[in-house]
Amino acid sequence: MSKEWKPRIVAFFCNWCTYTAADLAGVSRLKYASNTRVIRLMCSGRVDPQFILDALSKGADAVLIGGCHPFDCHYAEGNYKCLRRFEMLKRMLKDMGVEEDRIRLEWISAAEGAKVKTVINEMVTKVTELGPLGMPQKFEEWDKEMEQLTHHVQAADAAQGAPCCAHAQPQKKEVAHV
Amino acid sequence: MEMNQKEIRIGFYVCHCGSNIAAMVDCPDVAKYVGTLPNVVLSRDYKYMCSDPGQELIAKDIAEHKLNRIVVASCSPLLHEHTFRGAVEAGGVNPFFFHMVNIREHDSWVHTDRKEATEKAKGLSQAAIARVAKHKKLEQKKVPIHPDVLVVGGGIAGIHAAMTLANAGKKVYLVEREPSIGGHMAKFDKTFPTLDCAACILTPKMSAVGSHPNITLLSYSEVTKMSGYVGNYDVTVKRKPRYINEDLCTGCQDCISHCVFKEPKFADEFNENLSKRRPVYIPFPQATPQVVLIDPEVCLNFKRSVLTDKCKKTCVEACGEKKAIDFTQKETLLDIKVGTIIVSTGFQTFDAKRIPQYGYGKYPGVYTALEIERLVNTSGPTGGHVVLRDGKTEPKSIGIIHCVGSRDKKTNRWCSRVCCMYSMKLAHLLKEHTGAEVYNFYIDMRTPGKGYEEFYDKLLEEGNHFIRGRVGEVTDWAFTKEEEGKLVIRVEDTLAGYVRRIPVDMVVLATGIEPHSDSNDVRRLFNMSCGSEGFFLERHPKLAPVNTFNDGIYIAGCCQGPRDIPDTVAQAGAAAAECMALIDKGHIEQEPNTAFVLADECCGCKSCLPLCPYTAITFDEALGKASINEALCKGCGTCVAACPSGSIVQNLFDDEEIFSEIKGVLAYE
Repeated sequence: MSKEWKPRIVAFFCNWCTYTAADLAGVSRLKYASNTRVIRLMCSGRVDPQFILDALSKGADAVLIGGCHPFDCHYAEGNYKCLRRFEMLKRMLKDMGVEEDRIRLEWISAAEGAKVKTVINEMVTKVTELGPLGMPQKFEEWDKEMEQLTHHVQAADAAQGAPCCAHAQPQKKEVAHV
Repeated sequence: MEMNQKEIRIGFYVCHCGSNIAAMVDCPDVAKYVGTLPNVVLSRDYKYMCSDPGQELIAKDIAEHKLNRIVVASCSPLLHEHTFRGAVEAGGVNPFFFHMVNIREHDSWVHTDRKEATEKAKGLSQAAIARVAKHKKLEQKKVPIHPDVLVVGGGIAGIHAAMTLANAGKKVYLVEREPSIGGHMAKFDKTFPTLDCAACILTPKMSAVGSHPNITLLSYSEVTKMSGYVGNYDVTVKRKPRYINEDLCTGCQDCISHCVFKEPKFADEFNENLSKRRPVYIPFPQATPQVVLIDPEVCLNFKRSVLTDKCKKTCVEACGEKKAIDFTQKETLLDIKVGTIIVSTGFQTFDAKRIPQYGYGKYPGVYTALEIERLVNTSGPTGGHVVLRDGKTEPKSIGIIHCVGSRDKKTNRWCSRVCCMYSMKLAHLLKEHTGAEVYNFYIDMRTPGKGYEEFYDKLLEEGNHFIRGRVGEVTDWAFTKEEEGKLVIRVEDTLAGYVRRIPVDMVVLATGIEPHSDSNDVRRLFNMSCGSEGFFLERHPKLAPVNTFNDGIYIAGCCQGPRDIPDTVAQAGAAAAECMALIDKGHIEQEPNTAFVLADECCGCKSCLPLCPYTAITFDEALGKASINEALCKGCGTCVAACPSGSIVQNLFDDEEIFSEIKGVLAYE
């Protein structure tokens, strides 16, 4: 990375509370770090765990999800569904070695413009401390490793004179992040 | 004229918004960068995209450059998405082949580094370019609207809104939680600055509401449940028992005079507890509906087990043939269907006890402004005779303390807007009634309104004293002989530059306006938002002041923020007009962001079924497939996120679109 590294945060905000809160932060001219890129969804319940994994795999250093407070969801309970998925995903990411602070779920109501500012600034500080996640680079390394392994196996097979079994080796290279 | 869908031709526009965006984002640079992205045929920056020439530019470019996708980077989509969709449609392209990038509220207004802000604008725009390429042609769905309206809160706002709608021929349900409509205004003596008698202007309106054929007045009732969506709301109203049959009571009030309590004994809420009432009562003479009610807390008939047979049911006897009294009445629930709702639940006044140094509740000579309103009122507890709590002493000097619970970091930060004016009104009335010396203690005199400044001039000419300074305390600790037996107001006179002690007989606290303590419950009930102060949040402070974020639900009056009667009435009229605009159109165009099931791919796992809060998803056991009822789907997308086979698709937010957007925001280095 030639440029000075700055954390990149993808945020999924629900239309009714958190996106509106971010609008309010704007109208109130609050100032916060410019590292987040907000994607608007109708409800935090729409946040598919795959979105988070996809964002991380495509180079996000952290993901922020914003939804309505408990009892306040515009769609009655989408935020609870989000919370459930979030907790499961957090555990999974932890097992995968992704630090907990890289994903965050916050309830931010339409009135809490100031909270948007605090949460984003806090997150930027934390993720800056953690450093880049670098998933795309890791994927590249893993792909290389896999390729080398394949070569080794093929070479070993050839040395043993064993018949090259068609389904013993990958037909085509599978890459986890596409 | 649909274009060849195979080739994607995107037009990109970045708006300067005057200098709102251009000051922090290098708009030409963004346009230049986006111009290099795939599928972008045209990329421009323009001063004001939302202006007529801006919108015409889009339509013109669509024709000239055969554009079939449009992206505008400007303000929040919550503000202008609709505008630009219209412009795109005017150009002959499906309005959903459009995406908006928020580089004002989410970018130029919140960042301080021009380079970073420009980079963010490029990143967000790149995401939109990636996303819009995946957009699909969609049609807006038309849903019929129920023509009836629910008005919640029967103060002057609710009354005016209900009357306006009813006069236009709409059926209105007016729900009021107190036994009578009228709200705070019914308690006022006069109104500023014209000194109109409040009752004289309000009560004819109240009785008109009571007798209007198009208005169903549900007093002593509360809304307990609301569901549905714009045009089709299902509302449950709880009707509290009055122990009087409303249809049979004629309002003769014979029962009241025949009550076993010969003397009124219980605090009268309408008179701010300055007088007493009986267990069976009517809140005030002009109450609407003209129906009495029984307070079960104090009525002896409800205490039979404790105090045997003290109650002779003389009220029932007095009612006689009318048989309106029904001690067995129970709370009932009423289900109604409406298309639009106006919430006008009003305010509560600041609790003066929260500022103990002003001595409310400690010194009997300290009153709240609302108590004085009752005290100067001819139908009030003393018949308009201003006397202290002992019932005989007329005050010779009166101090009115402004901004009690307003403009104060320790209590409420906001200006309550009406206190300066009503304090002067009370100063005038008190002087008129008693001839006392009246002192006003103010921070700033705020008199913005028609005839308001003139009223202030009049008060100055009348010889009222105005002392600028926030009062430190009210005390009975006398320093001199003159101060003995009086309440001393200690204040720093900021104009004269020294601390003064003013002894008075009566202190009036001009308490401010604050949201109802249960405004949060009301907000949840109607799925609205509150500002940080607790007042209901309007959709846009300037352009949609009576709209909420929930379509078909409008707000009017002090529940939205402190305001005076003229503004409240104007707002109520505006809310009524908004309802009529929807009703008379006959249908609502719904955002086509509903979800649907790709039947071929559905594996029949039923994961989605319990997730839908609207039970829009059904399962066909024979086919083994789920399907979504489009009319019930509200477009949250929760089922879409949960579907393990990826067979549920949400219009406008489908996976492909969102994945493209994720890729897009991260593509810009």
